[in-house]
Amino acid sequence: MIRDVEVLVIGGGPAGLCAAAAAASLGAHVLICERDYVPGGQLVKQTHKFFGSEKQYAGDRGIAIGRRLIEEAHQNPNIEVLTEATVIGIYEDGIVTVFHRNQHIKIRPKRTIITTGASEKFLAFPGNDLPGIYGAGAVQTLMNVAGVKPAEKVLMVGAGNIGLIVSYQLLQAGVEVVGIVEAAPRIGGYLVHASKIRRAGVPILTGHTVKEAYGKDKLEGVIVCKLDEKFQQISGTEQDIPCDTLCLAVGLTPLTELCWQAGCEMAFIRELSGHVPLVDENLETTVPGIYAAGDVSGIEEASSAMVEGRLAGYAAAGSLGYEPEKAHERREAAAAELSELRSGPTGEKILAGLEKTAAKLAARKGEAKGC
Amino acid sequence: MLIQTGIPSAEDILTVTPSEERFAKGPVAIAECFQKIPCNPCMMACAKKAIRVEPDINQTPRVDFDVCNGCGVCLTRCPGLAIFIVDKTYSDTEALIKLPFEFLPLPKEGQLACGLNRAGEEMGWFPVVKVIPGSKTNKTCTICLAVPKDLAMEVRNIRAGGYQDGR
Repeated sequence: MIRDVEVLVIGGGPAGLCAAAAAASLGAHVLICERDYVPGGQLVKQTHKFFGSEKQYAGDRGIAIGRRLIEEAHQNPNIEVLTEATVIGIYEDGIVTVFHRNQHIKIRPKRTIITTGASEKFLAFPGNDLPGIYGAGAVQTLMNVAGVKPAEKVLMVGAGNIGLIVSYQLLQAGVEVVGIVEAAPRIGGYLVHASKIRRAGVPILTGHTVKEAYGKDKLEGVIVCKLDEKFQQISGTEQDIPCDTLCLAVGLTPLTELCWQAGCEMAFIRELSGHVPLVDENLETTVPGIYAAGDVSGIEEASSAMVEGRLAGYAAAGSLGYEPEKAHERREAAAAELSELRSGPTGEKILAGLEKTAAKLAARKGEAKGC
Repeated sequence: MLIQTGIPSAEDILTVTPSEERFAKGPVAIAECFQKIPCNPCMMACAKKAIRVEPDINQTPRVDFDVCNGCGVCLTRCPGLAIFIVDKTYSDTEALIKLPFEFLPLPKEGQLACGLNRAGEEMGWFPVVKVIPGSKTNKTCTICLAVPKDLAMEVRNIRAGGYQDGR
C-alpha cells in the first residue's frame, strides 16, 4: 500500500521541525520521518544557550528550544511525527521508501523537504582506531542524553563551536579537559565560548595537531605537535599528553545521500563544507517539489537551520496552493531573518558559498535555455 | 591574542571598561564581548535600554554606562556568559563582582571560593557574598564575590567545588 502525503519532511531536527510547523501553519498536512527514537535532532543535547535574535529563541537553551518545537509538532493536528523511521530511498516515480520499526513503508509525497543534517568528519593519524577516541557528538550524546560520564580526562581536537561547547559541557559533567588542540592558527568558534573555557583553566593550543595516539588496549595518551603556516608538522615540538579520551570535533559534512539518490544536481562547495544540493531562493532543489534546508545544504548554525526550515516549509505549502499570499509574505520574512543572521563577519563564509551555488544554478538554467 | 588563546588582552578589556568616575557611582555592567557574532539577547534583556546592539545584530554590544544601573539581568541572559557586574563602591577595600556560573556544586553564602582570572589562573580565595540561583528555564546562576578593589577587573570566574568555610 502506498500512503499519500502532502508534505514529507525527512529528519526531525531543528530545520525539519520548523519546516513542518511552517507548512502546517498554512494548512498543509505534514509527515515527519525521524530515524531516532525521539525528534529534536541535535537540539536534545544542546544544553547551552543559543545565539541569534528573539526570532530564533536566542538566550534559550537548545534543549528548551527542542522541547518547545517537539511539543508544538505533537499538538498540531496537521503534523504527524513518525519516529524510528529511516528514509531509505527516493525513487524516480516520486515514491519514498521508509524503514519503520521493521516494516517497509511506501510514501507518495506531493512535496518533500530534506532536512537530514550532517555527520561528523574524522581525522587520520596513527592510532586513531584505539578505544577511547570519539567524535564530539557521541561524547555529547553520552553525557547529555544518556547521562553517562564519558571520560575522566579528555583532550579535545578542534576549536570550532562544537569543540568549544562540548569541552565546556565536559567540564560541567565533572570531566577534566586537559586542552583543546586546533590546527588552524586561530580559534574558529565564537570567542565568548573560548574565553569561557579558558577562564576555567583549559588551554587552547592553536597551530597544533595530533601526531599520534597511543595505548595498549585503549587510549593512554596523545602526542601533539606544532604546525607551520603550511600545516606541516614541525619535528621537535612534540608534546606527550596523557588522557583516556580523545574527542574529535573537526567539522561536519552534509548528509546528502537522499539528495544524490533523488537526482538533485549537486556541487562541491568548500564554504558549505562538502557536496550540497543546488537550491533556489525557495530552497527548492533542481528536482521540482524537493526542497533542502538546514545543514544538508551547507553547514551553519542551528539558528539558521531553523529559519531555513521555516522558509522551505512556507514555500512548499504555498506551492500546494495553501494561502499563497501569506506563504509568500512569511517566506520573505524568513529570508530577511537569514540575511540578518548572515550579515556579519561570521556569515561571510556561508554567503560566499551560497553565491557559488547561485552562480552554478544560473549557469545551469542558461544551458537549459541554450538547448 | 584573544583569537589564538581565548584570553582577551588588556587593550581589549580597556575598550569596554567604564571610567573610574563611573565606577565611583556604583555597580555597572561590563560586556566582554569582542567579536561580531549574530546575537542580541543582552539588548532585549535590558529594561533600561542601556545596551545597544546596533545597527544590526552582528555588532558587539555597547553599554551606556550612564544609563546602566548594574541590575545584572543581562548577565544571566547573555548566551556567551560574557557580561559581568562590577561594584567598586561595595566597601573601602573591596569590590563586589557578579559572575555568571553554570557549575555544580554551587558555593554557599559566606564560604570562600578560589577566584580565577581570564586565563584560569588562581587569584586567591574570596568570600561569596551571595548566590543567586538561575531561573527555571535560563538556569545560569550569579555568584557575588567580594574581591580586593585592584582585582575587580581581573577575577572573572571561580573554581567549582573545594569551597572553604569562613573568612
